[in-house]
Amino acid sequence: MTQAEVSIPSHATEHEHAHKAWKWYDYFTFNVDHKVIGIQYLVTSFVFYLIGGLMAVAMRTELATPDPDFIDPSLYNAFLTNHGTIMIFLWIVPAAIGGFGNFLVPLMIGARDMAFPKLNAIAYWLNPPAGLLLLGSFFFGGAQAGWTSYPPLSEITANVAQSMWILAIVLVGTSSILGSVNFIVTIIKMRVPSLKWDELPLFCWAILATSLLALCSTPVLAAGLTLLLFDINFGTSFFKPDEGGNVVMYQHLFWFYSHPAVYLMILPIFGIMSEVIPVHARKPIFGYKAIAYSSLAICVVGLFVWVHHMFTSGTPPWMRLFFTISTLIVAVPTGVKIFSWVATLWGGKIRFTSAMLFAVGLLAMFVLGGLSGVTLGTAPVDIHVHDTYYVVAHFHYVLFGGSVFGIYAGIYHWYPKMTGRMMNETLGRIHFVMTFIGTNLTFLPMHQLGLQGMPRRVAMYDPQFATVNQLCTIGAFVLAFSTVPFLINAIWSWSRGEKASGNPWNALTLEWTTDSPPMIENWEVLPVVTNGPYAYGMNGRSAPAEEEVAVSSR
Amino acid sequence: MKQIPVSLLTLTAGVAVTLISLWVGQNHGLLPEQASEQAPLVDGLFNVMMVIGTALFLVVEGALLYFLIVFRKREGDEEDGIPIEENLPLEAFWTAIPAIIVIGLGIYSVAVFQEMGGLSPGHTMMAHHSPKSTLVAQAPSNDSPIGGDVMPLLADAEGVEEGEAKYGIGAANQSSKPADLVVNVTGIQFAWLFNYPEENFMAGELHVPVGADVLLNLSAQDVIHSFWVPQFRLKQDAIPGERTELRFVATKPGTYPVVCTELCGSYHGGMRSQVVVHTPEEFGEWIEQNRVAQKDTNQTIASNPAAMTPSEFLEPYSQEMGITGDTIAQLHSHP
Ligand SMILES: [Cu+2]
Ligand SMILES: [Cu+2]
Repeated sequence: MTQAEVSIPSHATEHEHAHKAWKWYDYFTFNVDHKVIGIQYLVTSFVFYLIGGLMAVAMRTELATPDPDFIDPSLYNAFLTNHGTIMIFLWIVPAAIGGFGNFLVPLMIGARDMAFPKLNAIAYWLNPPAGLLLLGSFFFGGAQAGWTSYPPLSEITANVAQSMWILAIVLVGTSSILGSVNFIVTIIKMRVPSLKWDELPLFCWAILATSLLALCSTPVLAAGLTLLLFDINFGTSFFKPDEGGNVVMYQHLFWFYSHPAVYLMILPIFGIMSEVIPVHARKPIFGYKAIAYSSLAICVVGLFVWVHHMFTSGTPPWMRLFFTISTLIVAVPTGVKIFSWVATLWGGKIRFTSAMLFAVGLLAMFVLGGLSGVTLGTAPVDIHVHDTYYVVAHFHYVLFGGSVFGIYAGIYHWYPKMTGRMMNETLGRIHFVMTFIGTNLTFLPMHQLGLQGMPRRVAMYDPQFATVNQLCTIGAFVLAFSTVPFLINAIWSWSRGEKASGNPWNALTLEWTTDSPPMIENWEVLPVVTNGPYAYGMNGRSAPAEEEVAVSSR
Repeated sequence: MKQIPVSLLTLTAGVAVTLISLWVGQNHGLLPEQASEQAPLVDGLFNVMMVIGTALFLVVEGALLYFLIVFRKREGDEEDGIPIEENLPLEAFWTAIPAIIVIGLGIYSVAVFQEMGGLSPGHTMMAHHSPKSTLVAQAPSNDSPIGGDVMPLLADAEGVEEGEAKYGIGAANQSSKPADLVVNVTGIQFAWLFNYPEENFMAGELHVPVGADVLLNLSAQDVIHSFWVPQFRLKQDAIPGERTELRFVATKPGTYPVVCTELCGSYHGGMRSQVVVHTPEEFGEWIEQNRVAQKDTNQTIASNPAAMTPSEFLEPYSQEMGITGDTIAQLHSHP
């Protein structure tokens, strides 16, 4: 797996190139550098994460009591719709794929930029208008039909806001298609010649799989939403039952995209995990091939499981059973990944950096999310818990305990590379502890709520559920406050943090062979791959001798 | 790779995990009481998954925690870990075991689904109402009076072929035996309406006798709603323009919540009602009372529901639903 015979060219030339670094204001312009675009994605999406989070706090405050006494129920529905929409389309997807994907993929494969830099910038700049459309829709009441926007409800509620919502999703969908094409071409065509497929970092495998999936599924969502837009504004009746339309057809179109959307949100995170864990455990990733291929397997099977969201809808028995089986199958490649990461820890020298803490926290919680996912995959149990808080608990374990923890792990891990500064580890640990407690306090009790009989998407509920709901609300406040140490850390460290060397974690993937932050065009001389991306403890490199270890994990 | 020896310790751990998992599967107390014939079937599957899930959870989290402690970096140790990249037997093992578990769960799910009646929606000989002619008529176009509408439909044989398109949960034994009691359930924003076609009256809550084979024909007037009784473990969407059904036998007298689980508008959370499971004698009395009451007081309903707004019709039930007729009127005038 390694080719030790080639020597690393000295990439770090000593003299300063003033024109080789971006100024702060460059980050607010139409810039085609993949690193600028990556950071633009990350910062923008984090802003939307905070906005979506505030909506969640408002909802949890409402749910502290059974009666609808804090906000108007219509506003509550607008919050729940936009909370989901923002967290998926303007936070996790753009942060994980757009943010880390753009920043890291060219650096990891030894390219100077993405294949189509202009297209890349265009793809990013579709996001802010989409966000503004969603926020602006609140002047028209906000879309209130849930992020799923099932007709007929979506066709008879807040028409202007709903149309703005559709346009916003179509914009981010277009962005995602453009980005996917770019990633696929970049990864296939732009690798340095010395980088073989079986030495491609697993993050790049994950982005490749994700992009293929996005390309297959996003157009279907765009089609479904366009039909919905026509129904609302131009008098068509694709989904109007009293005019011969079929409401269940919409659900098929929607979920054909939106189940794979779950993988768009988690596969890049799996990629981040596969990078972070080996570095901080000082171990080669266990089962490189299994992890790479299981991503592809998840993509293929993941295209044929969408009806598990429709087990109580207008679906015939054979469909409910077929999709029960296909859904259960997804558990196998997902399990392979989890086991591989746990096995990677075995025999390691684990450094409990903030990045590693979040990665381990992800592992701990994703197991629960995966197991509850299996129960939801079986039609008989799903018929009981579908559209209840059990589902809310499940997907927050996957998307918060999974995706959000993964994004945090990625930020702590690559922040030095992106900014040239280290983050404060103490604040990072406080952040981790608060987030871990908050997540479990908010979402663990929700399993019980759902099983016992509390439906989701309600502003008012049966008083018997009040106590458990208050527990969830307290957890939500802990989560809200957990962002404070992170924000202080991220903002303060950007200008004041300890200077980071080119390779502060002593990692082996190519992005660490250039300066922090990397110069424009990434390297003076393109790097040559001399060892596998995870060759820790191999080829006599057990003692990382004279490297400048900028941060200790102590 | 160094093999971890199967020591006495791991054996003990294995036994402990097994025992704890089995115990959790029976005593998690997460499910509400069982009040239908389907409930124990669903719970059986859920509990089996709880056992397997608990075991996997304990093993993975246990391994994780153990590795984190044992393989933590010691002070001053800057070395790398042991360079293990793969172990084919181990990887085959943890691919095969979940695959086997998942296949087993799949087969078990199919069996449970069939026993619940999941394979036989629409297989009954019973006629059902058409969504266009339910009692709460909001559309001015619908001018057929209920009495004259429902009764002929019941005698109508065309229900059988229409039944082919129905979705939901049907008769458990897949027989085409007619149900003991048929109730037409209509979801509207934000209430459930229960029409007893044979008795020709309507109620705001569902009443059924214990032990009877009950068929609910579900329909929706405005948007999608979803009919759920947690204690029955049964749920089915009521979809405008589609026919769906739920068939069950209630096994325990009592009062259980009926919950709408599909987001249907601002007061979705308030769309709650009750199912009262009576002894057969009580149920007879209840039917009698309602037949009389509706004849006496509500000539307008019986003769011309089309003239009524939903809020007028719902007035009598507003107490139970926690929303007022005014709210509903407002919501309907501002769609
Ligand atoms: Cu799904
Ligand atoms: Cu409803």
